[in-house]
Amino acid sequence: MTDSIVRVAGLTKKFGAFTAIDDVSFTVERNKIYGLLGRNGAGKTTLMQLLTGQQFATSGTLEVFGASPVENARVLQSLCFIKESQKYPDSFRPDHVLASAPWFFAHWDAAFAARLVDDFRLPLNRPIKKLSRGQLSAVGVIVELASRAPLTFFDEPYLGLDAVARQIFYDRLLEDYAEHPRTIILSTHLIDEVSNLLEHVLVIDEGRILIDQDAEQLRGSASTVVGKKTDVDAFVAGRDIISRTGIGGLASVTVAGLSAAERAAARATGLELSPVSLQQLIVQRTTSDTAESETVTTTDAWSARS
Amino acid sequence: MNRAGAASTESRQSLIEAGKPIFVQIAEQIENDIIDGVIEEETPVPSTNEFAAFHRINPATAGKGVNRLVEDGILYKRRGIGMFVATGARQRLVGARTEQFRANFVGPLLSEAAKLGITPEQVATMISESERKSSTS
Repeated sequence: MTDSIVRVAGLTKKFGAFTAIDDVSFTVERNKIYGLLGRNGAGKTTLMQLLTGQQFATSGTLEVFGASPVENARVLQSLCFIKESQKYPDSFRPDHVLASAPWFFAHWDAAFAARLVDDFRLPLNRPIKKLSRGQLSAVGVIVELASRAPLTFFDEPYLGLDAVARQIFYDRLLEDYAEHPRTIILSTHLIDEVSNLLEHVLVIDEGRILIDQDAEQLRGSASTVVGKKTDVDAFVAGRDIISRTGIGGLASVTVAGLSAAERAAARATGLELSPVSLQQLIVQRTTSDTAESETVTTTDAWSARS
Repeated sequence: MNRAGAASTESRQSLIEAGKPIFVQIAEQIENDIIDGVIEEETPVPSTNEFAAFHRINPATAGKGVNRLVEDGILYKRRGIGMFVATGARQRLVGARTEQFRANFVGPLLSEAAKLGITPEQVATMISESERKSSTS
């Protein structure tokens, strides 16, 4: 069943003294929706540029559809990657983009693209330079969806999109994915919005893969224990502690993997247990350096910073 | 900055709670619909893609929830048509839930009562009294 279309081993990318991607290894399986998650500057875009042959690796091996993507027409035809900061020729309008898309994408569906243009209310004959941020994002989303590329990357696809447009994006993505299964890599720092769409999660932090796990296994893999500091400390002693915060005599500690019996034991000693969302879990894992400090690492702290 | 969108997504996504595997929640929702009689025995349940579209979740995840009920014999597959509720599914679910009710509610109730020195007989009296109150009000 496992059918890897991307194989990466020991991949490293340096820009001068800066290591953007640091000895990364993972695989991507066919027809799954992946989340490539991480903070700003974590290396998400660099990793996607490496996978699409837009950057050269410093060291390590990288195979996409069985070969290196660099200058490889067969591989590149099967990919669609529109950068969050995608640039278009100066005089281009959205209708020019849509007219040229079939030259690059063998599975291009013009009727689907036209329907998406209506959905997103994209003005086709306005110069791209004059489009709003949301409309510019819509151009990228339309091309990526209608390309039906066997490996499609979405890089922060909903920047500037309003709430209605984002819902349209999620709905069309799921509908079309159901009819035309393909591999999708969704890169974003807004985890809560997309977490339910994902089948597999890759979390990158400071150029390293921090989490490479099935989304469902990750969900419910941690619990937050809240209560009197002494009780909490006694309960979490010897466990895999993901993060810890506290104020006064109260402590709140997130721990991995509790069995039903352990949960019952915790409740019996008067501790409160709460579930941890995918976003909270990832935030806590990617701020682990500061986990011991008393700073509160909430879901919003990350959103606010980004 | 994306808070504005949160409200509009709430209505549908509130059916799925964070921090619990989604396939478990999908399976539980189907079970509840069978117990409540919303989906009758020998009638079809929505397809995996319909669940995915409605809840805005990954189709493979929705499929995992449905498959879990197939493994339990609650649903069965009719080739080329879809998933159907098996005969006797409701009774089996009610039986399983009754056991869970005993473990999750009756057990803790009695241990808390014992802590306070309330006898099981007194608990039974309390239950029938509150039952009467709620039925007259």
